[in-house]
Amino acid sequence: MLTLSHFLILAAVLFCISIAGIFINRKNVLLLLMCIELMLLAVNINFVAFSHFLGDIHGQVFVFFILTVAAAESAIGLAILVVLFRNRDTINVEDLDSMKG
Amino acid sequence: MSIDNLSLLLPEIALLTLACATLMVDIFSNDPKHGPGYWLAQLTLLVTAVLVLVTYTGDSQYAMAGMFVSDAMSGLLKFAICIISLFALFYSREYLLRHDIIKGEYFVLGLFAVLGMLVMVSANNLLTVYLGLELLSLSLYAMVAIHRDSSSASEAAIKYFVLGAIASGMLLYGISILYGVTGSLELGAVAQVLEGQSDYPTLAIFGLVFVLIGVAFKLGAVPFHMWLPDVYQGAPTAVTLFIGSAPKLAAFAMAIRLLVDGLGPLLPDWQQMLMILAVLSMATGNLIAIAQTNIKRMLAYSTIAHIGFLLLGLVAGNAGGYAGAMFYVITYALMSMGGFAMIILLGRKGAEADQLDDFSGLAERSPWLAFLMLILMFSMAGIPPFLGFWAKWFVLREVIQAGFVWIALLAVAFAIVGAFYYLRVVKLMYFDEPREPDEPQCSTPLRTVLSVNGLSLLLLGLSPGLLMSLCMAAFSP
Amino acid sequence: MLSNYLPILIFLIIGLLMGVVMLALGFILSPRRPDAEKQSPYECGFEAFEDARMQFDVRYYLVAILFIIFDLEIAFLFPWGVVLDQIGWAGFWAMMVFLGLLTVGFVYEWKKGALEWE
Repeated sequence: MLTLSHFLILAAVLFCISIAGIFINRKNVLLLLMCIELMLLAVNINFVAFSHFLGDIHGQVFVFFILTVAAAESAIGLAILVVLFRNRDTINVEDLDSMKG
Repeated sequence: MSIDNLSLLLPEIALLTLACATLMVDIFSNDPKHGPGYWLAQLTLLVTAVLVLVTYTGDSQYAMAGMFVSDAMSGLLKFAICIISLFALFYSREYLLRHDIIKGEYFVLGLFAVLGMLVMVSANNLLTVYLGLELLSLSLYAMVAIHRDSSSASEAAIKYFVLGAIASGMLLYGISILYGVTGSLELGAVAQVLEGQSDYPTLAIFGLVFVLIGVAFKLGAVPFHMWLPDVYQGAPTAVTLFIGSAPKLAAFAMAIRLLVDGLGPLLPDWQQMLMILAVLSMATGNLIAIAQTNIKRMLAYSTIAHIGFLLLGLVAGNAGGYAGAMFYVITYALMSMGGFAMIILLGRKGAEADQLDDFSGLAERSPWLAFLMLILMFSMAGIPPFLGFWAKWFVLREVIQAGFVWIALLAVAFAIVGAFYYLRVVKLMYFDEPREPDEPQCSTPLRTVLSVNGLSLLLLGLSPGLLMSLCMAAFSP
Repeated sequence: MLSNYLPILIFLIIGLLMGVVMLALGFILSPRRPDAEKQSPYECGFEAFEDARMQFDVRYYLVAILFIIFDLEIAFLFPWGVVLDQIGWAGFWAMMVFLGLLTVGFVYEWKKGALEWE
């Protein structure tokens, strides 16, 4: 039988993987966007699980909003990425170091 | 389904409608300077500000089934946001015209950012907080990247985007935990459930930590400040000015809504964490700012220091402290706007005046501009009688009354360290040789508005009671 | 007081371990005996015609970006359609306002020429 904590642990693991992915990855900005997406999806699992076990619909409504905002967010992220690539000819994370101090 | 008290949302509805109208007018007009779009955007902000005043009653009223609240704090903050953004768009247009990168989208994005701020200020539900925050953040990401051929701007944009998205993710994770613990998304109900438990579950603290990290990221408090210097330096100065002014007010409102309205019962816990963040921010901001030669970057670190001071007001943990923090954030927005506007004014097409050396000998080139910059720097350093002094004084008074004397002493020590790099700019302006002899060129409106901006710090500083009593009223029950 | 934060510390440590261990396992466990044949690109039994990492046209990204937005915003329409008889006219007009906003965006991208391929 699946209990609430199973879902919470799954969400926590996904969340940690996304955070680790963001900080370990030094190669490609596109991977960062994927990790961000994964992070939001982990939160969605949390919301749906709580919503189901609390018997309260508001959590699922929240998920809808997160999904659409995430779409808008990745659209803007991709657009910025295209601009960055045109200016730099690279989307390597390690090359983003023109400002120091 | 019911839509109740829709009239409370009148400013937001007007802003949204007019922002869409601005987009359409701009896209169908062929003015190379985007005059129609700009003027309609300014009119929109003016109308919104007036509507905020008209709908202001001073007591708490709820709309949209409790998703939206209109109270004394939201009234004052919304009015301030509209007026400050009005100035910010004016400065931005001067900059964009001068550097030939004017786009109508800039003003539309600005309006949507303001809409996001208003929603954040009036949010009474975790969902509304999130939606307002995202509307603001997404608009700002796009604004940073508005100069498509600038390499540093696109780097700043991607950094801002990635770190901002992480912050939103953290905040959301915290929100989801809080929802699970309390079974409600409404801030008042969350507080009620937590209040009822003498021994609240560890999970609630868990949620609180993530929410706090999200808020600290958005405010730019150490150790979550990594994005701030790069974004301030890399973004076009007009955008830096915009980010550095009104959005801080919205971030402050978000902190109040989440921590005080929603997580008030956990006050002893977040008080401790904020204390650490505040001290770290003041220390890091003030110390690293000394080493900067780029003035935009210097102001970025000074922002971090100011954020630390602002958090002190929240640490006090009572109405007086929140009022002090609010006074501080409004003052900060005025000062930072003036500082960046001065950088805009001194710049020329293709060359930003963003090095400290660009200010040397300014007193010889233009005594009036140097005097304005002197007001700004003295105010940021917290020297009486300028407004910045009263902001620091107000916060410190509340912190000491709340019994955190040692923290107040630390804050004063760091403020004195901070005064060094502000006064260095003054020294450069008055005692160094100018690198170029001619007077900086600027249009009369720009000079006038900047004068109003600068002098307001002096005038408000001479009679701080007015703004202070407004802030106090916003938090009196 | 401080013991309240212990689970958070444990959470962070486990999270960090999880990320590191998964990467490390891949390095440690996977046998690595590369030869020329194994490292050459594989394409259904042919010699590869071209580099697999071909560059997409930037215009493709534009279309993809526009698609993501309009595609997902429509997700609101399904739950709305299901409960339309319960939410009445207020719900109906709320969705019309939303669609109106989407239309404003659509007019904008049309006028900007984002829908032209050439």
